Amino acid sequence: MNNKVKLVTNAIGRPVPTVVNGREQAAYQGVGGVEPTGTKQAPPVRSCRDYPPSGDKRVGSLQEALERCGLRDGMVISNHHHLRNGDRLALEALQTASKMGVKDLMWFPSASFPCQKPVIDLMESGVVHHIEGSMNGPLGDYCSQGRMQGMGVLRSHGGRWQAIQDGEVEIDIALIAAPSADSFGNCNGSHGPSACGSLGFGLADSIYADRVIVVTDNLVDFPCIPWQIQGNNVDFVVEVGSIGDPSKIVSGTTVITRSPDRQRIAELVARFVRDCGIMRPGFSFQAGAGGIALAFVLYLGKMMRESGVSASFVRGGSTKYLVDMLQEGLTGYILDGQTFDLDAVRSIATDPRHVPTSPFTSYNFHGKGNFASMVDVVVLGATEVDVNFNANVNTHSDGRLLHGIGGWQNCLAAGCTILAVPSFRDRIPVIVDEVTTVTGPGQLIDVVATERGIAVNPARQDLLDALKGSDLPLRPIEEIKAEVERFCGGKPRKARVTDNPVAVIKWVDGTLIDTVFQVEP
Amino acid sequence: MSSSVNREQLGVAGRQGEDVRSDLWVSVELLDAGQLEMAINSRVETYFGDAIRQQIEEVLTELGTRGARVTIEDAGALPFVVGARLETAVRRAGWEPKAHWLPEATLTQAPSTAADRLRRSRLYLPGNEPKFFINAGLHQPDAIILDLEDSVSPDQKDAARLVVRNALRAVDFAGAERMVRINQLPLGLADLEEIVPQAPDLILIPKVESPEQVREVDEAISRLQAEAGMERDLWLMPILESALGIENAFEIGRASPRVVALTLGLEDYAADLGVPKSVEGEESLYARTRVVNAARAAGLQAIDSVYGNVDDMEGLSRWGQRSRALGFQGMGCLHPRQITVIHEAYQPTGAEIEKALRIVAAFEEAEAKGLSVVSLGSKMIDPPVVKQALRLVEQAKQLGLTTDGEETEAES
Repeated sequence: MNNKVKLVTNAIGRPVPTVVNGREQAAYQGVGGVEPTGTKQAPPVRSCRDYPPSGDKRVGSLQEALERCGLRDGMVISNHHHLRNGDRLALEALQTASKMGVKDLMWFPSASFPCQKPVIDLMESGVVHHIEGSMNGPLGDYCSQGRMQGMGVLRSHGGRWQAIQDGEVEIDIALIAAPSADSFGNCNGSHGPSACGSLGFGLADSIYADRVIVVTDNLVDFPCIPWQIQGNNVDFVVEVGSIGDPSKIVSGTTVITRSPDRQRIAELVARFVRDCGIMRPGFSFQAGAGGIALAFVLYLGKMMRESGVSASFVRGGSTKYLVDMLQEGLTGYILDGQTFDLDAVRSIATDPRHVPTSPFTSYNFHGKGNFASMVDVVVLGATEVDVNFNANVNTHSDGRLLHGIGGWQNCLAAGCTILAVPSFRDRIPVIVDEVTTVTGPGQLIDVVATERGIAVNPARQDLLDALKGSDLPLRPIEEIKAEVERFCGGKPRKARVTDNPVAVIKWVDGTLIDTVFQVEP
Repeated sequence: MSSSVNREQLGVAGRQGEDVRSDLWVSVELLDAGQLEMAINSRVETYFGDAIRQQIEEVLTELGTRGARVTIEDAGALPFVVGARLETAVRRAGWEPKAHWLPEATLTQAPSTAADRLRRSRLYLPGNEPKFFINAGLHQPDAIILDLEDSVSPDQKDAARLVVRNALRAVDFAGAERMVRINQLPLGLADLEEIVPQAPDLILIPKVESPEQVREVDEAISRLQAEAGMERDLWLMPILESALGIENAFEIGRASPRVVALTLGLEDYAADLGVPKSVEGEESLYARTRVVNAARAAGLQAIDSVYGNVDDMEGLSRWGQRSRALGFQGMGCLHPRQITVIHEAYQPTGAEIEKALRIVAAFEEAEAKGLSVVSLGSKMIDPPVVKQALRLVEQAKQLGLTTDGEETEAES
C-alpha cells in the first residue's frame, strides 16, 4: 500500500485522500455541494455490421467470450450481484482470467458476497489488483489489513451509476449473469431456474461497458420477454450449466425477527410513521429486507388496514410481505430494486404492478431526478450513529470494513429517513460520540429509533410538532446514549487504526465523504 | 516451588461457545499472594478490554483472593455479569470470600411497591440467562421475575444467585415490580441471603403446602433485613403446586402479613393429580377457583399460572379472559410478546366501564341528594353492585382507560 497518500479535510471534517488508485479525487463538499459539468461518458461506437445478421451471438465458452472481448492486463471487469451469495459467474470469470495469464484487473462488482472469498487468492497472485465495490466479510477483512494492492472504493448503488455515467470508471468488460436470455442477448432475471427477479444492477454496465457478455443457464428462443437488459448492447452470449445456486439466490421464505426487542423497535417505527402523519392515503415508503425492516412492514400494514389507508407505491427490496400488501390493495405498486424471496420472484414475473427498477430510476445523481427523493419515509439500519445523527454502515466499531453501502446513502433523500437500530449489540453501544466512519451525514438522517426510545433530529422540528401529545417514547439522542453507556460500563474505546488509508467511502455525487484506515495488526 | 494454596482447585463458571451472547466463560485457579495472571479473549476487546482487566482486579481484591490465574472467553458480558461469573468461579475454586464485589447501584433505590399494586403480568426471566435482563423492562410488564428455581439447573444454582443479586443492583427494569422466585428451603435460604439485601420487591416461594413454609421465609427475611439495617416492604407470593397446597390455600395466605397474593403452578399440580395438563386446564378448574376464593377471603390478590404456548396469541387471549372471569387479577408470562395480550385480557371491557361509570354517577347523584337508595332509571342498584362499580372505575382510571382525568395518564 502506498504510504505517501496526501490527505485533506472535507466539509464534515473527515480526512480523505486527494488521489485514489491514480485518479484525482474531490473531497465531500456537503449535500448537493457539487455541480457536475461536461458530458456523459460513452463506450466506443459499434456497428451492427460486425454482429451476425441472424442475431445469434453465442460462443462456446466463457473463456472464448473473454478472449474475443480482448481481455488483457489492467482491464476493468464488472459484475452485478443479483445472484447474491449463490453467484457462480463472477468468480468463474476471474478464475478464467487467471488461467489466461491476465494480471492487474480491477474488479468492479455492484456488491460482493462471502461466496467470492477466493478472490483473495486472485489478489494474492496478482490477477486482481483491487476491488471497487462493496467488500463484505472476508474481502473486507483482507482490505482492512492493508493487503490489497490498490485502494478499495465503496460506492452506493446510485454512486456506482454516477461513476459509470460520468466516466470515473470505464468498464472494459461487463458480465451479466442472466436467469433467462436469448441468443441475441436480451435477458431478464424474472424467469428460469436461477430466477432472481430484477436485473437492475447490471443495467448501467450493459449500456456503458466497452464489451458485454451475457451468461445464462436458461437459453430461450428469441425473443426473451421481458428484456430487462437489451441484446442490442450485448456482444456475446454464453450458455453454461448453472449460473448460481438457487437456494442462495433467493430464500424460500423470508424470516421475520423473533427477537422481542427488535419487534419492539419495528412497532415503534410503525407507530411513529402513523402518528406523525406520514401514513396518509397515497403515501409511499421503502423498507429493506433486514429483520427489523420486515417486522416494520408487518406492523405498518396492520395499522394501514385499521385506518383504511393504502400507499401509492412502495419501494423494495421486495419480499412476500410487500407482495401480500400489493395483493391486498394496501399499495398500488412495488417498485423493485432487488427481489429477495420466492414469492417476490413469482410476483415480479407475473404481476404488472410489481415493476423491476434500477439505480437509474431510483438513485442516480446524474439523473433528471430520481425515485428515492419521492419516497415519503424510508426505514434503514446502521452499525453506528453519533449524537449528530451521522451514521456508519461500512465499518465495525473496531475499524474493520464490514459492509457495502448498497442503496443506503441514496435512500437518505427520502422525505423522512428513519434508522431502526438496537441501542447496543452485546456490550457494544450503537449510539456513540463520533462514528468510526461517516457513510451518511446527520443532516439527512431524521430519526433514530431504538428499543429504548426514539430520537428525532432537532433539525426536524416539524416532526416533533406533529408528534405533540404522542405517547411514543421520544428522547434526546444523548440521553439514550448515556443510558446505554451506563450499563455497558462506560464509553467504548475508539478503534485503533493506523494512518494508512485502505479504502474510501464515496458520497452519492462521487466526492469522498470518509476514509477507512488499515486496522492495527 | 512451595505453595500456600491448594493447586487442585480450579473454579469454572459461565458459558462458552459460538452462539453465546452477552455472557462469558471464566476459569480461576488460586495462586500465591501477589500473583495475578490474566488470559482474556473478548469479542469486545477493542472497546472494553482494559475495562474488563480493571474490573477483574477490582473483583478479586474485594473477594480477598491473594493470587489467581484467570482465563476468560468473553462474548460481550455486561459488567454485572462479569462480576457474578468471576465470583462464582472464585467460590467454586474453594475460596470463601468475606466481602463481595457488587456493581454500583446505578439507580436510586426505588421505593417499595404497594401491597395491592397492579399485577396483571409478570415476565419470567431465567436467572442464569442475563442476556434477557437488560431489555425486559422495556416491554412494560407489571412485574419481572428473576427465577432461581425451575429454569436453573441444579448445578448452576450458585451461579444464578449471584447473577440475580447483581442484576437487582445494576439493571433498570423500568418500573416493573422486581420479583425473585427462590428455591424451596433450605436452598432458598441461601438465595435469600444474597437477594434480600439488594431490595427486591417480592419473593415467590415455590411449592408451598403449609403456612409454616411461609413463616420460615418471613422470618429469614426479617432477620436478613435487620442485619442489613433495612426497613422496607418485601412482599411474598406463595405458589401452590399440589393438592395439599391448594387445600391449605387460605391458611397459607394468612401465614404472614408480607403475603400479598396467591398463585399456583399448574404443571406440578397436574402431575400431583396424576393427569396430563390440558390446554384448556379442565383438571385445574377446582384448584384455580379455590385459590381465587381463598385469596379473596384472606384479602389478597389471586394470580393465575402461565399459558405455555408462546406462539398462540388467540389461545392466550381466551385463557386470560376466562381467568379474569374466574376472579384472577393477572398471570405469568413466558415471552415478552404475551404481555400486551395479557394486559388486554385482564382489563375491564369498554361496556363494563361504561356501565360502571353510569352506576357511579347515579351513586354520586344519590349521595348529593341525600338519598339512601341508588337507582338507574327505574332500576334500583344494590350496594355491592355500587361498590364493584367504584372499584372498576378506579381500576380503569389506573389503566388510563377512562376519558376523564386524562391529564393523569401514567408515565410510560
